[in-house]
Parts: sequence; C-alpha cells; structure tokens
Amino acid sequence: MSLDLVGLSVDIAGRRIVSDIDITVPEGRFVGLLGPNGSGKSTILKAIYRVHRPVTGQVLLDGVDLLSMRPKDAARRIAVVAQESTVEFDFTVFEMVMIGRTPHKGAFDRDDDTDRAVVAEAIERVGCEDLTHRSFNTLSGGEKQRVLIARAIAQGADHLILDEPTNHLDIRYQLEVLELVAGFDMTVLAALHDLSLAALFCDSVCLLADGVIVTSGPPKAVITAEMVRHAYGADVLVIEHPESGTPHLIPRRTSREGLPLDRPTRPTPIQ
Amino acid sequence: MTLGIGIGSVSLSPRAVWQVIVDHLAGHPRNTVADAIVWQIRLPRVLLAAVVGAALTTAGAVVQVLVRNALADPFLLGISSGASVGATAVLLFGAFASLGIWAVSLGSVLGALAAMTAVFLVSRTRRQLAPTQLILVGVVLSALFESVTSFLIFRGNPQATQSVLFWLLGSFGNANWTQLPIPAIALAVAIGYQLAQGRPLNAFAMGAEPAASLGVDVHRLRRNLFIVTSLMAGVAVAVSGVIGFVGLVVPHIVRLMVGSDHRRVLPVGVVFGASFMVLGDLLARTIVAPQEMPIGVITAFIGAPTLIVLIRRRPYLYGATQ
Repeated sequence: MSLDLVGLSVDIAGRRIVSDIDITVPEGRFVGLLGPNGSGKSTILKAIYRVHRPVTGQVLLDGVDLLSMRPKDAARRIAVVAQESTVEFDFTVFEMVMIGRTPHKGAFDRDDDTDRAVVAEAIERVGCEDLTHRSFNTLSGGEKQRVLIARAIAQGADHLILDEPTNHLDIRYQLEVLELVAGFDMTVLAALHDLSLAALFCDSVCLLADGVIVTSGPPKAVITAEMVRHAYGADVLVIEHPESGTPHLIPRRTSREGLPLDRPTRPTPIQ
Repeated sequence: MTLGIGIGSVSLSPRAVWQVIVDHLAGHPRNTVADAIVWQIRLPRVLLAAVVGAALTTAGAVVQVLVRNALADPFLLGISSGASVGATAVLLFGAFASLGIWAVSLGSVLGALAAMTAVFLVSRTRRQLAPTQLILVGVVLSALFESVTSFLIFRGNPQATQSVLFWLLGSFGNANWTQLPIPAIALAVAIGYQLAQGRPLNAFAMGAEPAASLGVDVHRLRRNLFIVTSLMAGVAVAVSGVIGFVGLVVPHIVRLMVGSDHRRVLPVGVVFGASFMVLGDLLARTIVAPQEMPIGVITAFIGAPTLIVLIRRRPYLYGATQ
C-alpha cells in the first residue's frame, strides 16, 4: 500500500512550480516533505488531492493511477489535513467530523449507525470527546487541528497527507499533533516547516528547493548544516538530539559572525 | 398558506378555502364568488409566492456557500439588474409586444441570461471560476446595468415609469394559472437538485481545497450550482420582479435555527422561505388595502429586524467572534 509520485511536474498559471518529482512513501511510513517557503511543498501535495493537475508524471497508489480514479474513490484512500483553517459556517465538532464521511455517501444517503460509530470513534481517538457538541469556531487552534485529524480518520482512508499541520500552533500542540499522527497505522506524507520536529518524527524526508528535490533519505543523512544552507540559504548548526540522536537545528546570528563560536558569551535577554 | 388564500379584500374562512380547492381537485368546481376568488386569483398567487420564496432561500443559501461569503445573495451575479434592463425595455418601449402577458417575463429572463453570461465570461480565468473575481465582476456589471435601467427610465414616459418602479420592487399581483406552471415547475426542479447537494455543500463550506480532498468534484459542482442558482434567480425575477432580502436573510435565519448542516438548512429553508414569502405577500395585499404595497418593501421591513435580533442573541455567526 505505497504511495508513489513518479516524474511529477506541475505548472500554475503557465509557470513551472515543481518539476520531475519522485517520492516513494512505503506502507505505514511517515515521510516528510521539507523545503523553504515557496519551494513547492504544498503544490506537490495539492497535485495529489486534485487541486492542481500535473503536466507530466503520475501519482500511483499501490501501482494504480490515483488521478484517473473517481474523486470519491480517491478520497476513500487518501485523507488530507491542511493548515488550521477558518470555516465561515457554524458547524459543531460532530458535524465537522461527519463531513469526513462525504466520499462514502450518495446524494440521498442518510447518516447511519456505522457513520455515527465511525465519527464517535474518530473523535475519541484524538481525545476530543468532551468537545463533541461544541461549535468548531469556538475551539483553540490545537483543538481545531485535532478535530480536523478526526475528520481525516472518519474518512476511513489508509493514506494521510498533511500540509504544514503544525503551523500557528504552540510547541505543546505541535508535538501533540505529530505524536498523534505518527501513532496511526497510516501511510503519511507531510509537508513540515520545522526541521528538528521533522527529524524527530519522520522515517525519511525529501528536501525540496526551487521546485526540485535536492536530496532525500533518512533525516540524519538529509538534515545537515550544508544542506540547510544550500536549500534555505540559512546558516545553522546541526547537533544530535540528546535522546533520539536525530539531527536538531540550532540557529545562529549572522551579525555575530566575527565572534569565535566556542567563546562563552553573556546570555542575551529574550525579547 | 390557507391563511394567505383566505384573507384579502373579501375574507373567507379556512373551511371555505379548502372546500373550493377540494371541489376543483375532485373535478367538479362550483360556480360561486368564493370559487372565483380562491381558484382564479388567490391560489395561483399564493402558490407562486411559496415557490419563489423557497427558491430564493435555497438559492441564497447555496450561493453563500459557493463564494463563502455571508453577504452573498442569489442576485449576486448581476441577475436582478440585467433582468431590470430587459423588463424596463419591455415596459417602456413595448419590445416583444406581440407576446402579450409573456413580454415582461421574456424581457427579464433575456436580460438576466445576458447579465449572467457577461459576468461568467468576464470573470473566467482559464477554466476556473474564482469566487472573489466573480463577486467583483458581478458588483461592477450590476452597477453598469442599473445605470442602463436608469437611463431607460429617464428616456421613457412618466406613466410607464410608474409601472417600472412597481415591477422593480416586486409583486405577485400578476399570478395566474396560465403563467404559473412553467416557472413553478422549473423552480421546483431546481430546488430538488439543490436538496440533493447537501452533503457536497457541507464539504464545500470547508473551502474548495478541503472539499476536493473529500472527494467532491469541485469544478463541476461549483459550475453546476452557479448556473442553477442563477437561472433560479432569473426565473424568480421574471415572474415576480426583484424581491430583495429574502435570498440574503432567510438562509441566515434558518442557519441560526438549525445550524449549518445543509442537509437541514435546505429543506427547512424551503418551508421557511415559502411561508415567509406567503405571509409577506399577505401583508403586502392587506396593510394599505385596497392598494398594494410592493412586497420588496415588506420583506426588508420584516427580515432586517428579525436578523438583527437573532445575530445579537447568538453573536458567533460567521466568525464574528474572531
């Protein structure tokens, strides 16, 4: 049950955004898509869930062309959680998660006991039982994101796409969301902003710059100071996480470049 | 509805009303005054009001989801102003005079279609319909059409101007059995189509991209629903003039009552919109009897305060809390 992108290129408004993308997400693995703003992470993901139509290349799900499947059939296999979004209409949490059942239903099908059971279970898995009847718009960012994950679970797909799911969340919710997703028995492809967090949770990562994949592999091989400078144009230190041994980024100040690094400096007040 | 038929310049009891209807359905109408009033005048009028009210409500609810904007209404795409141009041309200059009673309707349908096509063509970028662009183009072209209407009124004779004004504010006064079936059936079919889209509409309320990820064919749904709602608005305008406020406010009132799940909003909207319009028409006929008030005046007078009360009681409507 792998997800394969083969030679994928996408144009938007006549401009090539990503070209010749090859990514394989093996069954049950968590693959991270990394890269600076505007490098094409979202574009690749949106080509998978049919917002953009690729110019060349294929998206294969167990070897079957995903984009030639009916939209509903595709949505039963792949669910998406994007950045925390605002919804103009006032849905309850239960209704929000029930919307995840859309691809399983015909025009006049009513919600049956199976749907309600699936929805209740999904809400339970993200630990939002006590929010079930709350209005979605009154939730905090972290709670909203967990509800959207519950919606993806209720969709019943075995593949999950995450588009910067931890944006605008504080560190507790960032960890919570990724821990939750990594604990699922799902094949996951996630665009992530924070390289250290990505290294902590991903089985492998692809680093993207200017619409092409620069390198891919296990986090330890990809996330190096040299690669970060190459892709992001940023000067960082990469150390080993004391517990997990995964690469961890430490930002540096360029204005202090004259100072020797090993010299202890007075701690600067945090703004 | 029985009330709407019973009350008027001659009042009839609900029993008398149903007596007439049952007689007619049974195939042996009686030749009484009550029969003439109910069957010939009031029943077609109430039926038309009900179907137009229901149609404007569902069309309004759908358009608000499509453009994800609480201020949208079915006339968003320049439909009312386009129809006004057509109808004004007919009323003032006697275009299509050979068509008799159908002339104004045809004029406004043609005007509405022309406006709709113009808005679609101008706002089309590649093969997609961008909601924001659609709203802007709709607003701009509406202003243009309105000035054309004003120009026509300015050039026309004063007496005809009176009837144009009355038409612009909406009325069900012209309802009769010959004219009723075609628009009523068309609107009923369109309402039926919209009722079937409740689930995809809920997904669409999440935004176009989440809807795509939920297996909704976004481009097709958006295109079909825009065309259907525009045609509904065009037909409604053709038979009853421009009745503002219903398509904007009634969907909100319904959402405040039953929440945002469109599988509830649309059916409840059908019932509520129909009742709202029938009652509005009843008031329009009776308040300043024997004269008739334009129904557009009534709908705004009832709708606006109602909505304000509801909004103040439940302030989280449409992200107002953020």
